[in-house]
Amino acid sequence: MNTLSHLEEEAIYIIREVVGQFNKPVLLFSGGKDSIVLLHLCKKAFLPAKIPFPLLHIDTGHNFPETITLRDQLVQKYQVQLYVGSVQESIDQGKVVEEQGKYASRNNLQTTTLLDTIEKFKFDACMGGARRDEEKARAKERIFSVRDDFGQWNEKLQRPELFDILNGQIHPGENVRVFPISNWTELDVWEYIRHQNLEIPSIYFAHQREVFIRDGQLMPSSDFIAHKPEDVFDETVRFRTVGDMSCTAAVPSKATDLDTVIDEIRGSSISERGARMDDKRSEGAMEERKKVGYF
Amino acid sequence: MQILRITTAGSVDDGKSTLIGRLLYETQSLKIDQVETIEAKSKSLGYDYIDFSLATDGLLTEREQGITIDVSHLYFSTPKRRFIIADAPGHVEYTRNMVTGASNVNVAIILLDARKGVMEQTKRHLYITQLLGIKHLIFTINKMDLIDYDKNQFNGIIEEIKKLVNQYDWKPQLSFIPVSALKGDNVIRKSDQMIWYDGPDLLTLIETLTIEEDIRLDGFLQVQHVIRPKTEEFHDYRGFAGKVKSGVFQQGDEIEIFPSGQKTRVKSIEKYGEKKNKVVVGENATLLLEEEIDASRGNAIVKTNHSLKTDKQVKAKICWMQSNALNLNSKYWLQQGIFKSLVKINGIDSKMDWKAWKSIPTDRLSMNDIGSVDLQLAQPLIYAPYSANKSLGAFILIDTQTHNTAGVGFIL
Repeated sequence: MNTLSHLEEEAIYIIREVVGQFNKPVLLFSGGKDSIVLLHLCKKAFLPAKIPFPLLHIDTGHNFPETITLRDQLVQKYQVQLYVGSVQESIDQGKVVEEQGKYASRNNLQTTTLLDTIEKFKFDACMGGARRDEEKARAKERIFSVRDDFGQWNEKLQRPELFDILNGQIHPGENVRVFPISNWTELDVWEYIRHQNLEIPSIYFAHQREVFIRDGQLMPSSDFIAHKPEDVFDETVRFRTVGDMSCTAAVPSKATDLDTVIDEIRGSSISERGARMDDKRSEGAMEERKKVGYF
Repeated sequence: MQILRITTAGSVDDGKSTLIGRLLYETQSLKIDQVETIEAKSKSLGYDYIDFSLATDGLLTEREQGITIDVSHLYFSTPKRRFIIADAPGHVEYTRNMVTGASNVNVAIILLDARKGVMEQTKRHLYITQLLGIKHLIFTINKMDLIDYDKNQFNGIIEEIKKLVNQYDWKPQLSFIPVSALKGDNVIRKSDQMIWYDGPDLLTLIETLTIEEDIRLDGFLQVQHVIRPKTEEFHDYRGFAGKVKSGVFQQGDEIEIFPSGQKTRVKSIEKYGEKKNKVVVGENATLLLEEEIDASRGNAIVKTNHSLKTDKQVKAKICWMQSNALNLNSKYWLQQGIFKSLVKINGIDSKMDWKAWKSIPTDRLSMNDIGSVDLQLAQPLIYAPYSANKSLGAFILIDTQTHNTAGVGFIL
């Protein structure tokens, strides 16, 4: 079995376990490449039946418009139900307060919206497209990761995972985060997208964009991030990850199709999350966010 | 080529993280921003060299204590192969993490400090790798630079290891490599300091190692999900979806359902909606059967001529993984693959005494203990001994109160 089939088998086995072990699973869908791959794997897992669970998008309100357009097309194509949890609503209800200052982002705020939405719909398993190669705290993440009543991740109380045996037994109020593509790398995801001919948002490919430089990174100019108009310039860029517009940096690129993107990643000397300002806040930024329930 | 899954084991300060860090760095799997972070951190800690362990020790508590306390997964690839490393900790208290890390691997790399040779920890690592039946062991004798790359000392350590391995029935493939992880000798290229060593460097060895699944074992599939589309087009469709855990299935095979005992034939095989003639171990398949037979999640589909055992009583080696001890008469959930049954502990024979290095009688298993236990299941189990068929002979025990994975079992 080659690398991609091996990874596909593993992921689909996990997805079927989720449906077997939980009452109300949901697929966390950001519209990024990883969640698009996951959605496709979910479809394959249940053919010729439809995907037996809905999607959940936590909408920061600071999205790339290209992502939302494709999200809605995919919902049609895969015939799935979409739930949206809105960070703006959480702000309006006073549950969270918008961050201030030049690094203000809604990335941290979405945790509250996510936890509220999980509770509202009583989801007991949330599948996501996180991968262990993304970040060092993620490298320790289990495939079935139990969160307590407060949505917290306790790295010292993780269940050992042995062989392919997945223990999804939980108490009422707890939920499990499930990561079927844990063992995929960034390159695997891209090669799978090419192999399966999947459509992804256009911002992953090189395009002209208004950007400005912050801390050595090319940030997209938008209303969601404070910057001086005179700092803005045009550059041919693409995005390696798609998060909130306020915390996702672009990379200079000429890669306009899958082949050139893959070549570029192979030769890249910067890690994927190297362009994520949210990880740069401190040495253990990801771990600290995960402890309070971040995806 | 197939992905190679590796676990690493070594005592504290054997230089395991340095070795992995070097593999990641030299294969360009660590990116500039990650290396910069490590460099800056090493500098701020006052080190004279880059401490690659900072790349692999993921959690804040680990970086504070400078030891690895959980299994971490690392990914790297070369033009020849993809690798997944389950980095298991070397600290004496964390036997359970090594068992966990080693449960999914093809190869174990065991590190020794050339100055110290075989230690208590090495024996325990060997015990665990034989318990898990790992087929390839690579012993890397590290810090060769500190013993002046001495051939005789290296050979002495090899002889000692071979003696230890010979105590067991298990016959793994053994390799021995003298390295210096810090200096890079024999890690990704042959060292010119040790011309007396005629074997491959570590990277070349793991790039070329062949692994094979035994497809001659009994055909076995556990039903994970019954696919019933309930649409006009697929009105009567009932597909039994699951992973082929062992052997092979072909169209026309005579099969039986466990535990109902009903027999029929495989009408057709599908995989993700497409027809297949044959599916082998490791593949997800959907079996469509000739007759309308009842089978639900957790039931097994086996070929009628199988050699598997069925019983409500089994004997197993258990590695205990939680702080609440395993006691006589306690009840747990047993999970074999996806099959679950309540189980009672009928007897605890013995456990391994790491200090005396022998089995001793006991009435309980505490965290990190490994012992022999008699189990009584509420529902019959279809299984094979772990030594004959790994995927049908392994199970976990789940605590009925906390729902934690309390232990792992290997059926004898």
